Amino acid sequence: MVFEEKTHIFAQNFEVVMSYKRIFSLFVVVFGLSLSVGSAFAQSQENTAPTSAEAAPAPAEKKGINITELVFGHVSDSHEWHWFSLKNADGTEHPYASPLPMIIYQPGIGLSFFSSNKFEEWHKDADGKRISNVYNGLYIEKNMKEKVLAVDGSKVYDLSITKNVLSMLIGVFILLWAMTSAAKKYKTDKIAAPKGFQNFVEVLVIFIRDEVARPNLGKKYLRFMPLLLTIFFFIWINNLLGLLPGGANFTGNIAVTACLALVAFVVMMANSNKHFWGHLLNPPNVPFLVKCLLVLIEVMSLCIKPVALMIRLFANMLAGHIVILSVICLIFIFALMNVYVGGGFVIVSLAFSIFMFMLELLVAVIQAFIFANLTAVFIGQAIEEGHAHDEHGHHEEAIIM
Amino acid sequence: MDLLTPELGLFFWTLIAFLAVFLILRKFAWKPILSSLGDREKGIADSIATAERVKTEMSQLQSENEKLLVQAREERTTMLREAKDMKDRIIGEAKEMAKTEANKIIIDAQQQILQQKNAAMTEVKNEIGLLAVSVAEKIIRKQLSAAEGQETYMKMLAEDIKLN
Repeated sequence: MVFEEKTHIFAQNFEVVMSYKRIFSLFVVVFGLSLSVGSAFAQSQENTAPTSAEAAPAPAEKKGINITELVFGHVSDSHEWHWFSLKNADGTEHPYASPLPMIIYQPGIGLSFFSSNKFEEWHKDADGKRISNVYNGLYIEKNMKEKVLAVDGSKVYDLSITKNVLSMLIGVFILLWAMTSAAKKYKTDKIAAPKGFQNFVEVLVIFIRDEVARPNLGKKYLRFMPLLLTIFFFIWINNLLGLLPGGANFTGNIAVTACLALVAFVVMMANSNKHFWGHLLNPPNVPFLVKCLLVLIEVMSLCIKPVALMIRLFANMLAGHIVILSVICLIFIFALMNVYVGGGFVIVSLAFSIFMFMLELLVAVIQAFIFANLTAVFIGQAIEEGHAHDEHGHHEEAIIM
Repeated sequence: MDLLTPELGLFFWTLIAFLAVFLILRKFAWKPILSSLGDREKGIADSIATAERVKTEMSQLQSENEKLLVQAREERTTMLREAKDMKDRIIGEAKEMAKTEANKIIIDAQQQILQQKNAAMTEVKNEIGLLAVSVAEKIIRKQLSAAEGQETYMKMLAEDIKLN
């Protein structure tokens, strides 16, 4: 009897678990489908929509929303800080955006500074790309991201303070202010117990020191601490700023992660020692043919290291942004089908996007930590001493780099 | 692919900003924080080491003190014992001496008494002798004062001579 009862309860529990799983998988399927449907829908919209600016806009274009454009418009860089758009009485959209300064360098012409609100009229060209008006012989082409091009096709170097750059500058100022104000307390009283914000900073500094620097870098850890701390806090604060509503997707941009990975790689190379290169280019106790293969693989892995750093942060942050945006877009996709379905989906979508937001808060700090940790690992490999050296007690003065 | 091609401008500004942040924070934040963290940790470690050392020193001192105390106690008991022994000895000696002295005195006194007694006895004997002679003289005189007395006496003397 008891056994039967137990199996019964077990079956019930199992069923409950299964039903949760089913709901979840159903949800995933719906989510995936809706995304593909949405993008297909958007695609078809684009295809059917009149591509030239001269043609009158079809009524279908106003009804549909271009998910691809919307999502990638949010995650990619922009020359203006777009807040929201309102529909005018005549059905055209009026964007509310803060113009940002543009700095353009053209070989032969030199630097030019102007506001991005000089580009205010947009139309679609023959390839379906959005093109701005021409100003000063320049125009912006907006596909997945914005490109500043010259009318005569000459080379243009765009050094504008874009949305991402401005977001980074805000992050940088917050970081500088916070850290220097925390450090000030150490100068006044060296031995006193930390309090307030200082405490928060100290916990993280000690965490980076004890969990990242010391295990990976050995005795010379203090030399690389400032770099690791800067990488960690720089990435973290910018990850968090990117999560704010209206924030820029700074750390989910490959230029940013490439830059950070380059810095890490340069530091790694600058500190690499004879032991590292010896093992890389001439692995001991290996037959010749294997050695050739091994050297090739090692050199490749050396080049892959910064690429891995670059891609990891970029992909993680970009994916997080895209997922949150997609979940929110679901509301509008469903609302297009039926207003009530859309309204009902608000709850699901909000719940899921809150969940994703929490996850992204976690990812923000985890990715910052992983970037710092991997940097430490790579530098640690480059500065690792041979065992023979260790026995001699190779002491080097701890210099904070 | 558009997303995977880095923009020059963003790369440029990020590089500049990152390096600037790195240099500024290294000088104004990380170095003071790290050095004072190190100082504090070193201070705490030193304090603990000092406390440990002081503790061992204290315990050493305490054991030494205890040892000293025990020693002092032992010394006190031995001193007390010695003092008692000495006292007993002195008293014993004094008693011994007093006894012998007393004995000597008694013997002297006895001898003196004996002497005195003997002297007194000889004197008494002499006195008694003298007294007896004088009494006998007196008696003889009286007896010899009468004629018959003389005759008897002469007879007696004569008898003595006859006897011899």
